[in-house]
Amino acid sequence: MTLKPSLKYVTLLALPLAAAATFSSTAAAFEPEGKVECIAPSDPGGGWDFTCRSVGNVMQELDLVPGNVQTINMAGAGGGVAYAHTVSKRASDDHLLVAASTATTTRLAQGQFPGLTADQVNWVGALGADYGIIAVADDSEIEDLNDLMDSLKEDPRSVKFAGGSAKGGWDHLKVLIAAQAADVENLPRIAYLSYNNGGEALTQVIGGHVDAFTGDITEAQGFMESGDLRVLAVLSEERLPGDLSDIPTAREQGIDALGPNWRGFYMPADISEEAETYWTDAMDTIYQSEEWKNVMKQNGLMPFHMTAGEFEDFVHNQIDDIEQLSKDIGLIQ
Amino acid sequence: METLGYLMDGFGVALQPHNLMFALLGAFLGTLIGALPGLGPANGVAILIPLAFSLGLAPETALIMLTSVYAGAMYGGRISSILLNIPGDEPAMMTCLDGYPMAQKGKAAEALAISAIASFIGSLVATVGLILLAPLLAKFALTFGPAEYFALFLLAFATLGGITGKNPIKTVVAACIGLMIATVGIDNTGVQRYTFGVLELFEGVDFIIAIVGLFAISELMFFIEERAGGGKEKMKVNKLTLTWREIREILPSSLRGGVLGFIAGVLPGAGASLGSFIGYTLEKKVVGKKGYFGKGDPRGVAGPEAGNNGASSGALVPMLTLGVPGSGTTAVLLALLISLNITPGPLMFTQNADIVWGVIAALLIGNFLLLILNIPLVGIFVKLLSVPPMFLLPIVTMIAFVGIYSISNTTFDLYFMVAFGVGGYILRKLEIPLVPVILGLLLGPEMEKNLRHAMDISDGDWMILWDSGLAIGLWVFAGLGLILPYIIGPLLRRRMQNPIEEGTPGSD
Repeated sequence: MTLKPSLKYVTLLALPLAAAATFSSTAAAFEPEGKVECIAPSDPGGGWDFTCRSVGNVMQELDLVPGNVQTINMAGAGGGVAYAHTVSKRASDDHLLVAASTATTTRLAQGQFPGLTADQVNWVGALGADYGIIAVADDSEIEDLNDLMDSLKEDPRSVKFAGGSAKGGWDHLKVLIAAQAADVENLPRIAYLSYNNGGEALTQVIGGHVDAFTGDITEAQGFMESGDLRVLAVLSEERLPGDLSDIPTAREQGIDALGPNWRGFYMPADISEEAETYWTDAMDTIYQSEEWKNVMKQNGLMPFHMTAGEFEDFVHNQIDDIEQLSKDIGLIQ
Repeated sequence: METLGYLMDGFGVALQPHNLMFALLGAFLGTLIGALPGLGPANGVAILIPLAFSLGLAPETALIMLTSVYAGAMYGGRISSILLNIPGDEPAMMTCLDGYPMAQKGKAAEALAISAIASFIGSLVATVGLILLAPLLAKFALTFGPAEYFALFLLAFATLGGITGKNPIKTVVAACIGLMIATVGIDNTGVQRYTFGVLELFEGVDFIIAIVGLFAISELMFFIEERAGGGKEKMKVNKLTLTWREIREILPSSLRGGVLGFIAGVLPGAGASLGSFIGYTLEKKVVGKKGYFGKGDPRGVAGPEAGNNGASSGALVPMLTLGVPGSGTTAVLLALLISLNITPGPLMFTQNADIVWGVIAALLIGNFLLLILNIPLVGIFVKLLSVPPMFLLPIVTMIAFVGIYSISNTTFDLYFMVAFGVGGYILRKLEIPLVPVILGLLLGPEMEKNLRHAMDISDGDWMILWDSGLAIGLWVFAGLGLILPYIIGPLLRRRMQNPIEEGTPGSD
């Protein structure tokens, strides 16, 4: 799994596009007319819901859409209901965006959307990421990531992990990605306890009931500030910006593990090339904008940006990696 | 004094104009629902949940509105008790005993005013209790590991029949139905259970759909069955002449009732009915022979009213801090919280501080709103009681369908809701209570998960389940909760029935 540090990823495309969007005089035939919908495949309040609403607002501010972006919540099967809906009922709707994240690719890789595959939709772009962390309670005896991995090498059940996703879900996989990179054997034996969300898992770790926490950096910030939680490693390529730069990466500690939980969108498959170009360009424009940078800053999102072909390849690679890992640990056959 | 700061922030949230408006709307609708005989607070909140979704309210606004509905329903229950001798809901039963005789003596307005003041005091006492106790309990919740949670859920189920439960077997049947529905979906390890390859079932049954179906849709069917019924005949209420001395006389009763009610509310399973019952009996004991209970003693109105309103705030304590509802209505509110992606527990008090404290502040503000609504404006509710339900029926139907559709935008959920409605109708015909179904549905998955987690942590050693003092304590309480109703239950019930039969033939 590789990703490009996005600060370097400044496309020149963005400027002409902004012009095109404002003056609508170029040859690009596609312009959204009327209502644009964004499906958040969850109940209100979750990450996907946030993606739709915040990106929708920025699109309105940047005049990338003529009117409102209407967020529609379509919960079910961890995004499966919305995925099936997009594939079967909206295949040629070029006014439809659907929020996605690593949770979507994980479920696709593990065959949890029966009969559906990643090439049935258009992966338009990612606009940021939340990086995985592994953390312990402040009074834990575990000192650093290597210390933790050494215990796991001796006995895979010696350290128990708590996280907010289901068994086999992204939080579970992050532990396994790190353990695999550290050459821990017998991965399926590692105990992972799944909670409804990261917050619940954190309370159990802080309360001393479970040894370690696996989750995303944004989930842990509250307890990091209060000093109850000690982050052993962040699963990013480089140290995170700002106050978070104190946290060592797994790579620095000699464990080559990456765990970005990206946030982005897919669209229906059968849309015109012009429409596809319009929306991928729109993703670039959004990513460059001050408005979006503010949203990212306020919500702890880290730099991560890809569009169109590059993003498509990234998604497919991630799915292959997760599928392989899930097979290795016996989650799927 | 950290709490005070949070509470101030909470007032900041609750006093925003739109939140205040929805608190007022909730208080008004709640009082109305409470006043309609047969529609209890749990049904009331269940019916109005879709309203919050169809209006697209922010989480804190939705919660503020629905807690106001909850508080309002507790106020409203007394109106029909006093005027018609039909309790608007179960906890208002004890209010009939002295409220109706007062009305018969031509003192209906005084009875309504006294009960409103008592409700206000009861609520106020209990909300202060909630403010003091909840943050403490929330911190304490950190000591709850999987084993302790498992024992706590067990306690919730054991006390479910409660002291007022009528038929223990039917309660068990109902809880089992809830637990069975709860197994649908992909389980903790990724195995599909009873999903039949239907994508919509992968995440299990949505609580809100089940609740709206079971309560609201089945209620509609009952209305239809009674041919939508006519309204009650118009009632006249005399002009209010309440002196300061009369108010002062009921103050001690109200305070006692509020404190007792709060305690009864905090205990899981007991709830508001018990609160109003002990509120009444205590008053009778304390006042002794000087009183004329059962013949229209104002203190007999004040005690139980303060008790049931106190209990309703008290029941929020275990719900907010531990995620274990203390009553049917708080179970419905818990389902609402979960569907708004807010997890009750210690973390909610820090991460969603604005929401929690906003709601608590809204309870305080709502209480004042309710006092205003219920003394000068009580006439409106009396008039509304005589509106034939056939006018309400289409509105409720519309809200239910629009609300559920706006949660997930799939017609599947609408069919599902109607199916639950039919199921709820059948269960009610069989006199199987619905609240245990909801509790089973809500708590079942949590209980299962905590058992699995405990086993994961101990590497399969069952001893972990009673390894800590706290867990053992909870097991003991659960045991008591299971046995006590068989010993004390019949005794209490007989004493609750007796005065009612003496005072009033043919209630409800």
